[in-house]
Amino acid sequence: MSHADDNSSTRRDFLYYAAGGVGAVTVGAGVWPLVNSMNPSADVQAASQLRVDISGVDIGTQLTVLFLGKPVFVRHRTPEEIAAANAVPVEDLVDPIARNPNLEGDQPATDINRTINDFNGENTEEWLVMIGVCTHLGCVPIGDGAGDFGGWFCPCHGSHYDSAGRIRRGPAPENLHIPMVEFVDETTILLG
Amino acid sequence: MSGIPHDHYEPKSGGEKWLHKRLPIVSLMYDALMLPTPKNLNWMWIFGIVLMFCLVMQIITGVLLAMHYTPHVDFAFASVEHIMRNVNGGWALRYIHQNGASLFFIAVYMHIFRGLYYGSYKAPREVTWIIGMLIYVLMMGTAFMGYVLPWGQMSFWGATVITGLFGAIPFIGEGIQTWLLGGPAVDNATLNRFLSLHFLLPFVILGLVIVHIWAFHTTGNNNPTGVEVRRTSKKEAEADTLPFWPYFVIKDLFALAVILVVFFAIVGFIPNFLGHPDNYIEANALATPAHIVPEWYFLPFYAILRAFDGEVWVVIAADFLTGGIVDAKFFGVIAMFGAIVVMALAPWLDTSSVRSGRYRPMFKLWFAIFIVNFFVLTWVGARPAEGIYPYIALIGSAYWFAYFLVILPMLGVIEKPLPQPQTIEEDFNDHYGKDYGSSGGTAAAKPTPAE
Repeated sequence: MSHADDNSSTRRDFLYYAAGGVGAVTVGAGVWPLVNSMNPSADVQAASQLRVDISGVDIGTQLTVLFLGKPVFVRHRTPEEIAAANAVPVEDLVDPIARNPNLEGDQPATDINRTINDFNGENTEEWLVMIGVCTHLGCVPIGDGAGDFGGWFCPCHGSHYDSAGRIRRGPAPENLHIPMVEFVDETTILLG
Repeated sequence: MSGIPHDHYEPKSGGEKWLHKRLPIVSLMYDALMLPTPKNLNWMWIFGIVLMFCLVMQIITGVLLAMHYTPHVDFAFASVEHIMRNVNGGWALRYIHQNGASLFFIAVYMHIFRGLYYGSYKAPREVTWIIGMLIYVLMMGTAFMGYVLPWGQMSFWGATVITGLFGAIPFIGEGIQTWLLGGPAVDNATLNRFLSLHFLLPFVILGLVIVHIWAFHTTGNNNPTGVEVRRTSKKEAEADTLPFWPYFVIKDLFALAVILVVFFAIVGFIPNFLGHPDNYIEANALATPAHIVPEWYFLPFYAILRAFDGEVWVVIAADFLTGGIVDAKFFGVIAMFGAIVVMALAPWLDTSSVRSGRYRPMFKLWFAIFIVNFFVLTWVGARPAEGIYPYIALIGSAYWFAYFLVILPMLGVIEKPLPQPQTIEEDFNDHYGKDYGSSGGTAAAKPTPAE
């Protein structure tokens, strides 16, 4: 009882907050591994790549491959589709960003920014490779000129994508995303 | 427990006294079972028992199904067919469990709408209402995850769409979605954790049900008049109430028996009537069904989710005001969850001092529209999102929110309620005649003209 009252109450406050703080940190440290156990496991996370042989994909046809649990569309486009995609001014698009991680930064969603270079490094705008997951709620759009804009149509909630996979009408907020992709020889592309 | 005066348990034999001193469990059960219950309860009050029955039935059939089910993407679909063809009585277990979910939701909607009409959510029963809403949300989560387990096309794509809702949350959505799924897309990790949670949540619901019952045993039941049981004397309380056992238990069991006749007719003769044929096609990540529909009990909220597309002015305004953070997709998700939140807030949104809708002439009309609107939303939720349907869904969604956020607060101010009976006994005697109410007889001593 030699201490003044305010002094002892400060000590008590300090002990109270210190104990509370240590308790909170301990609980947090204990809970985080439990929460984290629900995150993707190592085998799921393991950086994965996929080589796709596209020698059989003729002009006007499309190949769908399963990559990381999601479908990837590889479309060899016709001149009409390329012309139709180029005829749309970027300002008229719902989502003016290319959504192409192969390009640096957010590029405008022009047709040339949506397509990939062939093995010679030339972009003929013929090859369109996209993740086939509607940006609305994750359904797989129907391809081969479906929808009102000659591209893809999502049957779930009616999103229409054009022949460059850009959202034109419906609830989806973004253009179909493009995966990391490049030609590794004349007839093979590498995803991831 | 309820503050309504009544006889309590008295241990009589030596053994009873011995146990009662150490653990008063018999007393707890006796008081719960003999709870004084308003004697004017009508048939809308049977659904509590129906719901309790559903929960127990789903847990028992579910535990048995889990003994034969394989939670793996390669085997899940086949193991459900194995249950249907090889397991003794497996077809019955599965069809009872599958249709049991529908019965569960029919009963819970009746139970909720009864509460909304008779004002059961009003003071002092707000906590009962909130716990009920929590149970309802958990039921939806449990049913959704259960629907994924057979690993059919609707299972897979339903899971993809619904977990996609979490991906719509700005900034952190994608991380949450990946965490929920355990990978970049719905896959084996998702199926496994959904089984685990589908098994766990019913027991959480059971715990909440006990708290739900505890809460309304503390406040006493509401009743069709909304008038409180008199607590001033035991005599008056007995004139307003009857013990839960045997009077209401037998009544509820009779109703349950009638409902189960219809239920088992459905299980036996049209077990897939409420299901979707596409769920008998094994899940395929490369092909979306032409038209994804959730189970019928989610359709009203699914309609609300889809109603708010980028062409609705509130969505455009929200998008503009938040600088694009709240886009059409996120707005739809907020609207869907908001629809349940506004319902949970009904105790504080309803400003009327009159509890029962029976004495609220204007409320009756708006409530009738609310019920019709619920069916319209259910219907439009199953239609494709094109043509006139999105407009119907939008009007229906707007009414849902207007009912809770505008109509309920306004009615309390502008409505002139009808006169209510003084006591439950009076209401009961008006309905059944004096002979039935002779046990208490307090109304005879103080006659009040019936309105």
